[in-house]
Amino acid sequence: MSTGRRRVVITGIGVVAPGSMGREGFWDMITAGRTATRRITFFDPARFRSQVAAEVDFDGRKHGLTAQEVHRNDRFVQFAMVAADEAVADSGLRMGVGGAPDAPEPERVGVTIGSAVGATTRLEDEYVDVSDAGKHWLVDPRYASRFLHQALVPSCAATEVAVRFRAQGPGTVVSTGCTSGIDAVGYGSQLIEDGDADVVIAGASDAPISPISMACFDTIRATTGNNADPEHASKPFDARRDGFVMGEGSAVMVLEELEHAQRRGAEIYCEVTGYANRCNAFHMTGLRPDGVEMSEALDQALAQGRIDGSEVGYVNAHGSGTKQNDRHETAAVKLSLGAAAYKVPMSSLKSMVGHSLGAIGSIEIAATALAVQRQVVPPTANYEVPDPECDLDYVPKTARDHKVDVAVSVGSGFGGFQSAIVLAKPDRRPA
Amino acid sequence: MTDSTVISEEGVVTEVVGPARDTAPRGRTITAPRHGTTRLLVTGIGVVAPTGIGVEEHWQALLRGELAVRPIEGFDASQYGVTVAGQVRGFDAEQYIAPQLKVQTDRWSWMSLAAATLAAEDAGYIPPEEAYATSVFLAAGSGGNEFSQHEIQRLWSRGPRSVGAYQSIAWFYAASTGQVSIRDGYKGPSGVVVSEGAGGLDSIGWARRVARRGTPAVLVGGTEAGVTPYALLCQVTSGRLSTAPRPEDAYKPFDRRANGQAIGEGGAILLLEEADAAAGRGAQRIWGEVVGYAATHDAHHHEDPAPDAAQYTRAIRLALADADVAPGEVGMVVADGAGIPELDALEASAITAVFGERGVPVTAPSSWTGRLMAGGSALNVATALLAMRDGLVPPTGNVEEPVEEYGLDLVRETRQQELDVVVVLARGFGGFNSALVLRRHRPEVGA
Repeated sequence: MSTGRRRVVITGIGVVAPGSMGREGFWDMITAGRTATRRITFFDPARFRSQVAAEVDFDGRKHGLTAQEVHRNDRFVQFAMVAADEAVADSGLRMGVGGAPDAPEPERVGVTIGSAVGATTRLEDEYVDVSDAGKHWLVDPRYASRFLHQALVPSCAATEVAVRFRAQGPGTVVSTGCTSGIDAVGYGSQLIEDGDADVVIAGASDAPISPISMACFDTIRATTGNNADPEHASKPFDARRDGFVMGEGSAVMVLEELEHAQRRGAEIYCEVTGYANRCNAFHMTGLRPDGVEMSEALDQALAQGRIDGSEVGYVNAHGSGTKQNDRHETAAVKLSLGAAAYKVPMSSLKSMVGHSLGAIGSIEIAATALAVQRQVVPPTANYEVPDPECDLDYVPKTARDHKVDVAVSVGSGFGGFQSAIVLAKPDRRPA
Repeated sequence: MTDSTVISEEGVVTEVVGPARDTAPRGRTITAPRHGTTRLLVTGIGVVAPTGIGVEEHWQALLRGELAVRPIEGFDASQYGVTVAGQVRGFDAEQYIAPQLKVQTDRWSWMSLAAATLAAEDAGYIPPEEAYATSVFLAAGSGGNEFSQHEIQRLWSRGPRSVGAYQSIAWFYAASTGQVSIRDGYKGPSGVVVSEGAGGLDSIGWARRVARRGTPAVLVGGTEAGVTPYALLCQVTSGRLSTAPRPEDAYKPFDRRANGQAIGEGGAILLLEEADAAAGRGAQRIWGEVVGYAATHDAHHHEDPAPDAAQYTRAIRLALADADVAPGEVGMVVADGAGIPELDALEASAITAVFGERGVPVTAPSSWTGRLMAGGSALNVATALLAMRDGLVPPTGNVEEPVEEYGLDLVRETRQQELDVVVVLARGFGGFNSALVLRRHRPEVGA
């Protein structure tokens, strides 16, 4: 890296997560070790194998959206809009408002929004009407909503956010399955590093709790069958884990070039010092137990910030709670951090807020940024029975005060994608 | 470096836009970020398009002027009011992929897998032992439409247990990228971007970031397969599709009778290689160099374009500044060619603002194929590279009465012309604007 490297910091965070509302509600919930998983209420799950999910109690109108914004947008877009509103307000940037002395040039503001499955819920709901519950392959146009094109192509999420804040810089939706949320923040950071933007509204959103999504994970037994005890259904790293619990939500960050943030005296959560992704080129859903590719991504992300593995104070895990993932990930962290892996706290938010597919990567980045700012590590809820193949410190049940100058968040997803991002205190002194 | 380009101390290229042909307000400056010295060459092209399978079939069809927008086959589209589209005919997926992979994937992915194979073959690309040295960075638009419609149909007519095991990996937007990376063993930093019709160019923009950060080869582009009942219905709701029953009356970009778009399927995948890596493996064919790229967003309205094309114009200027190319050096512009009067007028105003009235030959080859969403802008890049190779500007199809007031030099018959630098433009529904600058490879400059 040259000395002229542009550094990227997080100056605003907004969260729409199950079981809470807003960034602080989310933080209170996860540091209390409270779970938001419950029996599905959005539809009758009786005929499904997995009947639990982490649902958001959400009403777009109550969270500041207009009637028309709610009408034309799938839930995942509404989540992203609400999370972006909170993030931008938190950053103090008066974007799109003329005359504010510290408002960035609209042309220097970018948008990168991740989503694994986009408007899948709306597409299915509408399909039920136009096909009369699956009776007609030649769907009936007379029952179609006016805004199905936006549902078909998820780029509308980036558009809605760009329009909201008059972000005229580069904008895109990132859709790399379950690593979308990390990749969207990673790409946003690259836009700033490369000089294409000074500010990027970056995050991810998904709202996949719908019959088709539940059914497709049912058939491959990726989701939990633990329906008897929904509140404790998500058990990452625990020997009793039997699959992930579906979730939904969004988190959006305001990324800003360091000097841009300093000039306006912005409060900085942390710096994004590295981001990398790799593919395992192995299997669409299977993971090799050795974790080599995730480890490669993590090594690269650490190297970008010239950070040694021993400096890492917190590992925010993917921790989906499937047998193979948690084993794979444990191996990857050991490969990258060596002996230090055994000393670093590592936890999975999915124990509490479920797995919101593409969104969760950004929700986890939000939590990781807060952990760096507040020097508190959130726990892994429901962790009781150790698995010999998962033998690291998973921070059972209770949050912990801990020195976190550097934290990493990792993710893994269908398609073989493996991503890692590194967050650090901006004034960190290298060890 | 152009005369009007200055490099400031921070390394930011500042172009003071002021050439005679430019109608921008004086004194307006365009700052383009400095993007280092990584040179990216296009060394392979794979095409699966309504115009043909394989790069030469596509090119010959364009030069012959064959309209590939035809009455929709495969289902009765009459009740949707839209009855024509550009479909890929004679595509035998099993020629490219194994039967067990075929049943796990949607037609959209079949086309991506086939195009990736064709691109690698065209490049003579044998993946290096280092698996991390190759990336797959594709654009997606609408995912695995046909596959997903079948599974949702099954779910609602027969219950959750009838949903097949591959729905979770076949329909989502990353399916094609994941499948290509797995089949071909590419482990480099891979990604998927969605920006509707601009996606094909944006995948190249993101691939440049991947290459700058050290990955020498990236597969880019994308395909689309949305000529299916439900996906067609979804696209109809945009209000942008032509309802003309005869193909020759439907999608007519820049024509006085422009009345909407035709959709299409397919696209292109291209192999980009860092110049030293391409030379190092002795790449035989170099189609051209990616020298500039930029993207902007109208940020104006969730559906309507900004009324002034300011951001579209800025994307073109930024891409030229990024390429260190003056408007006068550009030999051809491949237009987005929306085929809707309001959008055509805006594009024309962006092109004339940068290049002057009738200042550059403009062609819209999507007029022959229909709009392939993310695949369309990728296919236009392939077409632009073919045009440079042969020194031929391909014609815009289906145009009888060009709107003279647009001030475009719209190419309607194949035109012989040396092409050193070409610009490809693309827009995505909702306000995405992207511009790409390609340069003919000049071996004397060194690879």
